Amino acid sequence: MIWNPNKECMSRDEMSALQGKRLHKIVEYVYHNVPFYRNKLQEMDIRPDDIQTIEDIKKLPFTTKKDLRDNYPYGLQAAPQSEIIRVHASSGTTGNPTIVGYTRKDIGVWSECMARCLTAYGVTREDTFSVAYGYGLFTGGLGAHYGVEHIGAACIPAGTGNTEKHLKLIRDLGITGLACTPSYALYLAETMDKLGIRKEDIKLRVGAFGAEPWTENMRQEIQERLGLKGYNIYGLSEVMGPSVSYECQMQHGSHICEDHFYPEIINPVTLESLPDGQTGELVFTTLTKEGMPVLRYRTRDLCSLLPGTCDCGRTAVRMSRIQGRSDDMLIIRGINVFPSQVESVVLSMPEFAPRYMLVVDRVNNLDTLQVQVEIRQEFFTGVFDTPAAIDQLEKKLAQKLKSVLSIAAKVQLKAPNTIERSQGKSAHVIDKRKL
Amino acid sequence: MTIHQLSIFIENRSGTLIKVLDALKTANIQIIASTIADTAEYGIYRLICSEPMRACEELKKAGVAVALSDVFALEIDDQPGRAADVIKTFSEAGISIAYLYSFLLRGKGILIFRTDNTELAVKIIEDNQLRSISEESLQGLA
Repeated sequence: MIWNPNKECMSRDEMSALQGKRLHKIVEYVYHNVPFYRNKLQEMDIRPDDIQTIEDIKKLPFTTKKDLRDNYPYGLQAAPQSEIIRVHASSGTTGNPTIVGYTRKDIGVWSECMARCLTAYGVTREDTFSVAYGYGLFTGGLGAHYGVEHIGAACIPAGTGNTEKHLKLIRDLGITGLACTPSYALYLAETMDKLGIRKEDIKLRVGAFGAEPWTENMRQEIQERLGLKGYNIYGLSEVMGPSVSYECQMQHGSHICEDHFYPEIINPVTLESLPDGQTGELVFTTLTKEGMPVLRYRTRDLCSLLPGTCDCGRTAVRMSRIQGRSDDMLIIRGINVFPSQVESVVLSMPEFAPRYMLVVDRVNNLDTLQVQVEIRQEFFTGVFDTPAAIDQLEKKLAQKLKSVLSIAAKVQLKAPNTIERSQGKSAHVIDKRKL
Repeated sequence: MTIHQLSIFIENRSGTLIKVLDALKTANIQIIASTIADTAEYGIYRLICSEPMRACEELKKAGVAVALSDVFALEIDDQPGRAADVIKTFSEAGISIAYLYSFLLRGKGILIFRTDNTELAVKIIEDNQLRSISEESLQGLA
């Protein structure tokens, strides 16, 4: 099933023409409403009228996460505050989160894209669909929620946590659809085993899984244990939220809503555009966004684009699975974690040496984060002659980490000079997850 | 009235304890008594030794997380029930024992412990004429 064949199956020529027209409009819009972009474009001697076709996009400047952070909170917002009806926030590398404001039209576009996505999965108004992404500042929960309501299915805003109650509802209400992180889906399966609920006892048939990297093997395991078909969903709050792209029944790449989000693949070092099929960094330009449009936003996600008409009938370009990151961001339980966030916390506590190591693992299908720090010799005083005193010190660090990272980390205290001095950023991380 | 104990942070990894012992050996420090408070991830190695100040400096030079803690050392007769008698005195005064270890030295029992209230513990020891051992005499005995 296809929600919007006019757009999802548009001929390539028509799509390029539409994208070019919309690109001109969005450049003109940010030029007049966002001083950040006006300054950048003026520095490069580009006027909105220089941008007429989609190929002209290569003339435009890139936008990075740092730009969003430097212009915290509303510096990149184009619409007046009176037009903003929703604000989401995602974690920043240090201190400031990234703030994204949405106008009523933005929420409408988002719901439309989410409806395309759910329809591609085979979800209809007959379904009862549970959203088990986090509700709140994270875009996952509300993003999926609005899409489910838009197609007319019954939405169960389960959120995260309270897994046993959620499973009871899945069974008793005959819930047919589920949106959550792939690792949470596996955790649900574990809990089912514990409670003695068999997959024959539930009616789940469709799963929308995303917000963290996952593999074909995980898909097989989730499908087998929950008795549903699992589909990939991709998105990021800086561009919109979940449903920037989605798999169809063919499950050969995820179709991008490219009438709203124009994708490019670049070489992350030289910033040159790469041809279709080559792996590089994914870049998005929002073509219709009013609240906070972005030009050539560097996602840091590495993947490739697959052009051509899909067997499902859609012409919308597909993107491959995400194959990695071009920065050091980690996704742990669906939450973005930067080693520099840990660094800022460790540096704020004189009890610890300015050295640390993040150890990420997956235990019983749930991501775990351990932060190793060294106790500083000068701060190891006579009061630390009992485990209780040392545990208190660990707890103090764990609480600070939790408030900055939004996820719990286990602290492991190390003796002085035992953590290897790192040469590069990635040397701060040991990721044991086998994906 | 208290004596110096070395409190040393050691990770639960092979090679960490020998690093400490080697440094003490090189510095020609004699260990009189020692015990490890272990947890799942690390241990606190507590020890009474000759020249605790110098031992502490030497260990710091070797990069060890070490500190001096003040603990009590009481001498008791090597008879059944003597430890109970002594600890009961503290307990009845409302003092908690944070940790305790003991050893025999020339036929006498030695109790090493730290309390949650040093001032009151000193008073209890004086009032009950408990036999507190000074660092010098402990080392002399050794």
